[in-house]
Parts: sequence; C-alpha cells; structure tokens
Amino acid sequence: MINEIIINDKPISYFLEKYPFLTSFFSENNLDITGKENLNFYDFLNLFTEEEKEDFGISTRKTISDFIIYTNQMIEFLGIQEDNGVNSVSIIAGNDKSGNPEKFEKLTIKKGEIICIVGPTGSGKSRLLADIEWTAQNDTPTQRSILINNEIPDKKWRFSSGNKLVAQLSQNMNFVMDLTVYEFLELHAKSRMVENIEEVIDKIIKKANNLAGEQFALDTPITSLSGGQSRAMMIADTAILSKSPIVLIDEIENAGIDRKKALDILIDEDKIVLMATHDPILALMGDKRIVIKNGGIDKIIETTKKEKLILIDIQKLDDKIMGLRTKLRQGEIIEEI
Amino acid sequence: MNLITVSGPPSSGKTAVIIKTIEALKKRGFSVGVVKFDCLYTDDDILYKKIGIPVKKGLSGSQCPDHYFVSNIEEVTQWGLKLNLDILITESAGLCNRCSPYIRDVKAVCVIDNLSGINTPKKIGPMLKTADIVIITKGDIVSQAEREVFTSKVHSVNPKATTMHLNGLTGQGAFELSTLFTENNKEITTLKGEKLRFSMPSALCSYCLGETRIGEDHQLGNVRKINLNSDEGDKND
Repeated sequence: MINEIIINDKPISYFLEKYPFLTSFFSENNLDITGKENLNFYDFLNLFTEEEKEDFGISTRKTISDFIIYTNQMIEFLGIQEDNGVNSVSIIAGNDKSGNPEKFEKLTIKKGEIICIVGPTGSGKSRLLADIEWTAQNDTPTQRSILINNEIPDKKWRFSSGNKLVAQLSQNMNFVMDLTVYEFLELHAKSRMVENIEEVIDKIIKKANNLAGEQFALDTPITSLSGGQSRAMMIADTAILSKSPIVLIDEIENAGIDRKKALDILIDEDKIVLMATHDPILALMGDKRIVIKNGGIDKIIETTKKEKLILIDIQKLDDKIMGLRTKLRQGEIIEEI
Repeated sequence: MNLITVSGPPSSGKTAVIIKTIEALKKRGFSVGVVKFDCLYTDDDILYKKIGIPVKKGLSGSQCPDHYFVSNIEEVTQWGLKLNLDILITESAGLCNRCSPYIRDVKAVCVIDNLSGINTPKKIGPMLKTADIVIITKGDIVSQAEREVFTSKVHSVNPKATTMHLNGLTGQGAFELSTLFTENNKEITTLKGEKLRFSMPSALCSYCLGETRIGEDHQLGNVRKINLNSDEGDKND
C-alpha cells in the first residue's frame, strides 16, 4: 500500500518499476512523464503552472489522491487474483412480482455447472441476473439473497470495477473497436494485467478457430469477422481473459458456431455458466433449468436421463444441418439429408 | 431534500438512466423531480411528464450551457424545496468535454457509453474525473472484452468513483443505482455559498459579446491562439 509520504520520498521511476500497471495511469491521465521519471510526483506536478493545470482539467490534490487510490486498488486487485475466488453461488428464495414466495428454498450452483434459465420475455430473467450481479442481500425488489462460497459476499463484488461477478455474452453484441484481432486481444490482456500476453493470445485464437466454421487470422480487423467468428472470439476471450467467475449467456442459438464446444471452453476454464435459452440443444445440455414465471422462480428442473438421451438424437440432427451448411459453403450440391 | 446532478456527453443515455432510476425510487416511496438543462432544444421533459413526475426545462440558448447551469442552480433548488421533493435530479449535457457543473458535497453522476470510443475517458475532463458515480451504458451491444477495457480506462482516470453498468432499455442496474442515490446524502436547503468542484473554462472575448466577423482586428479580450509552429503536434491544445 502506498501513501503521500512515500510519494514525496520516492521518484516516479520507483513506482513504475514496482508497479508496471501505473504506466496506464499516466497515459490515461495525459501525464507525459518521459525524461522526468527521476522527479517525485509532487515535483513533477509542480512543473506545471496553476493556469496550465486548469487547462488540462487537473488539480495536484485530486491527481495525487487518485494516484494513491488507484495504486492501492490495483495492488489489492492483483492480490485477489491469486486466491481461488468463487467456487459456488447460491440463490436464496424471495418473492415473485405479486409478493408470493418463490417455489424453492436455496439453489447452489458450483464451478463448472451449466444452469439454463427459461421463461417468456419479461418474466424476470434480467432481474434474476441483476440480483446475482449485485449480490442481493434481501435488498432488491425480489427480496432474494445471494451467497458466494456459502457465505454472505464481500461488498467488493458490488462496487469494484475490476472484479465484476458476471460476464455477459449475448446475441446483440458486436465488436466496435477499429483494431485487428491481435491488437484487440493485446489491449484486453493488458487491461487484465496479464503477464504472458503472447501465450494467452495464442490460446484464445486456437480455441476460437476451433469453434468457428471458418478460420481467421491475427491480422483480421475484428469488425470484419463474420457473425460466427465474432461469437467464437467473444466466447474464447471471455473464457480465458475475463476474470468474472460467472458467465451469463443470453440466446446464442443460430450463431454459426459449435455450441457444445463453446460450452466446453467455458467449463474448462472453471466458469459457472448461466444461460437464458430456449434452444433445445443448449437447454438440455445444462445440468438444471430454472423456470421463471411472474418475476419469480417457479420450478427448478433437473435434466432427466430421458432428456439426455433425446439430446443425443437432437445433436445428430444438428450435425446433419451443420454438414449441409459446410457443403453449401464449399459450393457443393445437396443430394440428400 | 437531496440534490443529485447528472451529466454526460450528448446521447450517452442520461435520460434513460434517470427515468429507469426514478421508477425504482418511486417504487421505494420517494418523491422525485427533474430539471433538464440543455442548449438549443430538448423534448425530454415530455418523457419525464409521461412517467408522472414534476419537471422543468432550461435552455441556455446563446449562453454557455454550464455557466447557465450554475447561474440557475440555486433557483432550481428552491423550486424543488417548494414542491417538497425527497430528491431533485438535474440533468445536463457536458457539451465541451471540459465542463463539470458539479458542486462540492452534492452527489455527482457522470453517464458515459461503451460506444463512445476507447479514448473517451481520456478526453472527458473534470466531468468524468470528479464524479462520485460513473454509469456506463450500452453494454448490451458491445463485447464483454470491450466493456472490460472501457471500464478499466474509466477506472484509471477516476479510481475513487463507484463505477456501474446500467442498461437504459431493460433497466438492469437501475434499482441498484437508486440505492446509491439515497445513501449518505446531505440535506439541502440552499446552495448559496457552496462551491463548484472545478472551475469552468474562462472566456470573455469579442465573440462572447456577439461579434461574428473573423480576423485579428475583431478579436478583443481573452483570446488564445493555436500553436502551429511546434513539432510534436500540440498534445494539449
């Protein structure tokens, strides 16, 4: 942990060497420290006149205080990454929109499990996910409570910007940055403080290409990836680079990717997967499914043995359709199914 | 009465964020009013009326919108007090990316969206840097990776703020924001004697007074010139 006394004592170079993540603090705040690393931070800020500081929209007191808060938060954040984190999430029942108690007591979801959420639009799926993300403690409209590792969760899950509990993947999502696949992954890896960047990028690309129907290269601009390729990239990137222990998938059917492999990637990275879907393959791949009605959890169904057998048939059907798709892509003529 | 000032770049989703949050506040039994500040035109007051809350709008017209904001904030506060509101929310756009009509000890919220570009947190000055709460919108249409990168950029320019994601369409996150609106507030009866968190851009030149002609002969007062002779491209101009 750092404080004002250390900042006064040590030059900027001391902090940069000890905490490499501070490079981004200086660059994001437009503070060009090149050649001035031997000054302490106060002296550096004193190089500017009051008028200049007003022009940049900064003040010494605020900048120093932000520097301390940022550094200490990052130290803590990196520390959290080292311990194991989330092994399970539990939902303790609240009420539906009419105030009736939900029809279950407690649902615990463990690492590597897939839970599907089904129910009509507007039934309360978003609210359930919001309760989880906010680690509700009987203080949301549903009166649900959320436990992590069977304990009342630390408030950090609500407010820390680096430690969000839930990562989201949905059908409407797009890449909007004007970067190549490599530059994009590098940027994301850097923001997550990853050390072995090359290795991680390589892993993501391999996994993504394994999912997508068509291969793509590192120098492809992300905005020109096809729908399936984008989805594949997003899933592989979220599985490997996102630190959020829970991944929420909202309707990824018809995405032009191998759905089973997609889920396997997330499970391999020890994610808890929550999936809002009505796609039979995805829904039956889950271990359980939550049925939502009128804002409350109405039922929790465990996927039956019979359903698992039916899933095999559906998958065969799906493989056939995937096969037809490949043939069409390669310019062949369809003779039979 | 609690006063909350919300600002953010145009089209970042301020009105949607405020409306969803007011709905959550109303369910919790609070009475809320809004004053919308804008520059030339707004019909957001109709949206607020639709959800049945008292609203006033102020258009700055030919004046600097943020100077207009400070010049009127005390009167606006008195209006809210007269209506016996629990919470008064002001909404204003940061039109020049430099202004910060935030007041010391009054909760300040900045709304910024994921689509605005990765360098936006760097470009917006005190409006983002001195906010207590930063709301990031439009997260439902960009990738998880972009959301994470964007959040980390916001975090590095304002580590002190509570940063939250809010979906202005579904309202996901609005209830949570409403709880931040009602905790640790200062009861306000007047703003007389209070101070802005950061000074506003200064200007008093001939153009402020209505000059339209171009050229040095017509420029008087506080005038600043772009430096075209330096090699490195004038980072800060």
